[in-house]
Amino acid sequence: MMSSRDAILGKIRSVTAAGGDDSKRHEAVEDRLLNHPSGTIPARAQLKPKAQIELFCQQAEAVQTSVGHVKSYASVPKAVADYLREHNLPAEFRMGMDERLNDLSWDKAGALEVKSGPSDGNDLIGVSHAFGGIAETGTLLMLSGEDNPTTVNFLPETHIVVLKAGDIVGDYEALWSEVRTKFGAGEMPRTVNWVTGPSRSGDIQQTMLLGAHGPRSLHIIVVDG
Amino acid sequence: MTQIITTSNFKSNARTALDDKNLQKALTHVERGFIGKRRSAMDALPEFDQLRDNARDIKNHTLENLDLYLEAYEEKVTKSGGKVHWAADAEEARNQILKICRDVGAKTVTKGKSMIAEEIGINDFLEENKIEPIETDLGEYIIQLRGETPSHIIAPAVHVLKEQVEEDFRRVHTHLPEARNLEEPESLLDEARKVLREKFLNADVGITGANFLIAETGTSVIVTNEGNGDLTQILPKVHIVLASIEKITPTLEDVSQILRVLARSATGQDMSVYTTFSTGPRREGDPDGPEEYHVILLDNGRSNMIGSEFQDMLRCIRCGSCMNHCPVYHAVGGHAYGWVYPGPMGAVLTPSLMGIKDGGQLPNASTFCGRCEAVCPMRIPLPKMMRSWREREFEKHLNPSLQRWGLKAWAYFAKRPKLYHLAMSFAIPVLSKIGWKKGRIKSLPFAGGWTKYRDLPAPESRTFQQQWAQREALKQEAK
Ligand code: SF4
Repeated sequence: MMSSRDAILGKIRSVTAAGGDDSKRHEAVEDRLLNHPSGTIPARAQLKPKAQIELFCQQAEAVQTSVGHVKSYASVPKAVADYLREHNLPAEFRMGMDERLNDLSWDKAGALEVKSGPSDGNDLIGVSHAFGGIAETGTLLMLSGEDNPTTVNFLPETHIVVLKAGDIVGDYEALWSEVRTKFGAGEMPRTVNWVTGPSRSGDIQQTMLLGAHGPRSLHIIVVDG
Repeated sequence: MTQIITTSNFKSNARTALDDKNLQKALTHVERGFIGKRRSAMDALPEFDQLRDNARDIKNHTLENLDLYLEAYEEKVTKSGGKVHWAADAEEARNQILKICRDVGAKTVTKGKSMIAEEIGINDFLEENKIEPIETDLGEYIIQLRGETPSHIIAPAVHVLKEQVEEDFRRVHTHLPEARNLEEPESLLDEARKVLREKFLNADVGITGANFLIAETGTSVIVTNEGNGDLTQILPKVHIVLASIEKITPTLEDVSQILRVLARSATGQDMSVYTTFSTGPRREGDPDGPEEYHVILLDNGRSNMIGSEFQDMLRCIRCGSCMNHCPVYHAVGGHAYGWVYPGPMGAVLTPSLMGIKDGGQLPNASTFCGRCEAVCPMRIPLPKMMRSWREREFEKHLNPSLQRWGLKAWAYFAKRPKLYHLAMSFAIPVLSKIGWKKGRIKSLPFAGGWTKYRDLPAPESRTFQQQWAQREALKQEAK
């Protein structure tokens, strides 16, 4: 008996390949997969780097994300501690192994207890480092792995994300090319998350409410230096 | 929840829906919740229409080469350590899922929102096989508690009022204190979050749908606002992606083009909160993520649409915009359509997948006002395809003779614009006589009444009105 795979592909092919010479189709497909043309990039994101950072922050705030700035990585622990204090949150959080964060002097910023590794669902607060930011929609791009476990993006109630200002780009396409540079063409890490604001649901009478299954609040610390 | 297909009863379903006071109240949220928001999102992006053209062209190119892209996709999934299972129909897909679940001794399965899961009726099937499926999208969870099916493709519980959700939560969450206050929508959301958090952490298998499958990288993409899809796919040991073959999109760039029109058309957001790209199972050194990654690639009638006059329908990205703007949907809601896919997209897709005999009444659930095509981000010619189905139904003589007569008249006028305009002016008095009221639709053609839209109807819809005027007048005479 013919497998479902062959039956499905065969049925499609009986139409798509009906023209006879199939080499043109093969060429077109290979070409697209290899060169991945960009299409239309909205003008609103094509700005100078400084304006891109501003647009990113504006767009993030428009989707109920709070944004803070620090001059250098050394100031990140204090910024985290301040945020937690201002929001009456415990000085304790979950974080992966990202060097840019792990090497910081957390102990100097007050009694901050850092728990390492993925989240098991019992963490109120998670801290991550983003791979980049997309100004067009105020979107963060997060990569899975030991450095920034995906569970930290979703299980804690409060998610604090550190983002280097220099990693903010205008559009999604610009970050895809950086993902390709890091992992190789056609390769992806297990999970790439685009995060645009804290979790929400409109399922009760079509009214948007924050804090569905993911974080109720999202705070971004932009490292300007 | 037993899935009963009542597509061929559109007429009586619609009548029941029009008399349902709760439903009529809930349906006002469709217009309030979606139309204005889409408009502002669109106005804020000058390139929106250009992106729609691009999105259409990308999907057309993909469909013309679907076999090649499917093969490229499969190769990539396999390379990343995942497994692709090809399913010709719903039954094969159900059995593949069951086998994967049984292989890991699964007792509970969490589910992200998936219309394909509804299409193959996986929940009933798992239950019959002693595996508990748990819907995790808030809307899906609500209707699972109510034993219902979704009435909208992106807002499955749009037909349910807040007070009804409270009743359901009190009925089912009996372990919580009776005196708790659930008046505010926030408290309902909070309760669902707590109850479902437990389920997420304990599930053995997570099933999600996919908005896109990317051939370039072997990646599945889900788009959610709640984050439920993510918890569904990163916490359990096994992640099953359930997707139909037309979800294939060539590259990351192509998906990004289409994503720019998806959320804007669906909820009026510039981008949904979570857009997640998953490729294979957990990698070496990954501290989380599933150990197994399976993709069920479902055909279920779609390959027959390739090369047919309904091929364009395979561009659909399930944004829901066509139903959000449909006067018939506004009047009767999604359940009247009798199967998984409601509104204009359902009226075309359902007969394409189920056959004309079962789904053939749906293309008549239209006023041919043309709004669905005007708002469709993928520029799918929905009215044209509904007309094609109607003509086929007519040829097969599946319709009552009067209706056929009406269609003949309709076809006659449709081809002669001048004549039909003239006829229109005669028809108006007839229309008012049979209850053509301003404002909301009071009743539907097949529910024995007449329809009216708020905007000026497109020309083609007038010919349809004409047809109905003729038909109704004839009926009156026959009495
Ligand atoms: S037919 Fe168009 S408008 Fe309707 S759900 Fe599909 S893509 Fe959206």
